[in-house]
Amino acid sequence: MVQENTTAPATAAGSNQGLRRRLRLGEKVIEGWILLAGLLAIVVLLGIIFILLKEGLPVFAHTPPWEFLFGTKWYPVSDPPTFGIAPFFVSTLMITLISTVISVPIGVATAAYLAEVAPVKVREAVKPIIEILAGIPSVMMGFIGLALLSPFVQSLFNLPTGLCGLTAAIMLSMMSLPIIVSVSEDAMHAVPYEFKEASYALGATRWETIWHVCIPAALSGIAAAIMLGVGRAIGETMTVLMVAGGALAVPASPTDPMTTMTAAIASGIGNAVRGGLQYQAIFAVGLILFILTLAVNIFAERVLERQKRKFAR
Amino acid sequence: MLKYIKRGILPLVLVLVVAVAFVGCSSETTTNATQPGTTTPANTTPALSGSFKIIGSNTVTPLSAVWAEAFMKANSDVSIAVSGPGSGVGIASLIDGTTDICQASRAIKSSEIDQAHANGVDPYEIQVASDALSVIVNPSNPVSELTIAQLSAIYTNQITNWKEVGGNDAPIVVMARDTNSGTHVFFKEHVVQMDGLSTKDTSLEYGDKVLFLPSTEEGVSQVASNPNGIFYAGLGYVNETVKAIGVKKTADDIAVQPSVETALNGTYPVSRPLLYYTDGAPTGLIKSYIDYCLSAEGQEEVVASGFVPLAQ
Repeated sequence: MVQENTTAPATAAGSNQGLRRRLRLGEKVIEGWILLAGLLAIVVLLGIIFILLKEGLPVFAHTPPWEFLFGTKWYPVSDPPTFGIAPFFVSTLMITLISTVISVPIGVATAAYLAEVAPVKVREAVKPIIEILAGIPSVMMGFIGLALLSPFVQSLFNLPTGLCGLTAAIMLSMMSLPIIVSVSEDAMHAVPYEFKEASYALGATRWETIWHVCIPAALSGIAAAIMLGVGRAIGETMTVLMVAGGALAVPASPTDPMTTMTAAIASGIGNAVRGGLQYQAIFAVGLILFILTLAVNIFAERVLERQKRKFAR
Repeated sequence: MLKYIKRGILPLVLVLVVAVAFVGCSSETTTNATQPGTTTPANTTPALSGSFKIIGSNTVTPLSAVWAEAFMKANSDVSIAVSGPGSGVGIASLIDGTTDICQASRAIKSSEIDQAHANGVDPYEIQVASDALSVIVNPSNPVSELTIAQLSAIYTNQITNWKEVGGNDAPIVVMARDTNSGTHVFFKEHVVQMDGLSTKDTSLEYGDKVLFLPSTEEGVSQVASNPNGIFYAGLGYVNETVKAIGVKKTADDIAVQPSVETALNGTYPVSRPLLYYTDGAPTGLIKSYIDYCLSAEGQEEVVASGFVPLAQ
């Protein structure tokens, strides 16, 4: 592509038609390149699904699927091993839910403030700082959780230990906040100015304009932001591994120590011999995690579709 | 969205530049290490060169790191990479052929030997040091000795309050290593399941309220900051921020503090060998490295690192 561009001016003096043909050829190459890139993503996705199924399904010959899903005992290195992932499943749902409940209202409110209320100078200064937050490695967040947040949570709720689901959920909400703020601010900023002008012309206050015009109009962007945030919370591993406590019981409250599906995979994959039973069980956990995120995505898509139709009316 | 991307470009470029710089460094060092003879001093007999990996036990890592550093200092053309995710990881790597030496704080299981043979790997065991597996609590904890049966009851969540073992009226925060760890398995067999006692019960497992931590360091720092915590660690990890508990086999015995002496004379009830595994008997460079570890000089480093040397 680069070559095409540099040689084109040299031959331009010769014939105009040759140049045009060259440009058309360049366009074809670029088109093909983009098509290939798009296909590659699909191939990679299919490959991942294939490997998850191939490595994960054989474990169900040892542990039936219902026992695997609803069993509460996970002893992969015992003889014979038992695999029950109910505690991990419940922990993942609990931590993700709490972190979403914390991060979405704060995130969307911050985005609305930045897009609609804040002076341009504040916005230009604050937004890049928030985006830098998104780049903090998860190990660092784990350290912060261990050193600062867990003693605080422990004394606040008078717990025997600060390593618990709540600590992990708060850290995760801090990790998904920058994504939610940044992407939904972009969406709100893109709402046509005419919409707001019309709203103000009808006598609406700034609050009413934000609540009834800006947020609904930017809803698809905000929903995408929330999905990205939830996706980060479900998939985050290192922070959770470090601060969630790692107990194997089905958590009864958010202040119990717990192990999520991602943490169970990370802490078990190292000593699993390729093709062994534990290896298969861990891939099956990965498969279920994949299905869970897929379900969340499809659900969000549906909700979004309905919202869009409502707004269009 | 475009703006979002644009703003992201500068940090991205920076990260790439840094990454490339690092890649440059590391490839340089590996080529140095693998090119034999380029910097060989003229006066010495054929110098050792090459590189190998040691993967496995988190417990043995500080010791292997000291040995590897000293060995590399003496032989500048050798590079050794030590990593300690856990004994289970090391043994799995040995079976999969992705490590040269596996360091382990527990013996290889017969099922793992079968898997190794199936993969054409022949595990060869060498004991390089010993360890007194220490049970640690916060220094403010009045409890200073426990029987193995009490430890087992604590780790199976049957005893949940310190007052049941003579301490304060406070819940016990029980912490252990995750399943990657050889210490996890050793402690389960020898303490939780009480191997070697009349009350031995192999059906016992860690209780489901036990916190499984990804590293020994994290457990030690948790115990240092949590007055109700209990954790176990190799003798080399015990420092002044925590208190080691005296362990007795049965209630009638005398409690023994973990130390180099009590492990060497066999009075400490939970001591164990620290092992290296190789594929077949070691040869060449790896043999000279292990010979160094077993030499008097190497065993001095064992004591300096807080572990127990081999009995002479």
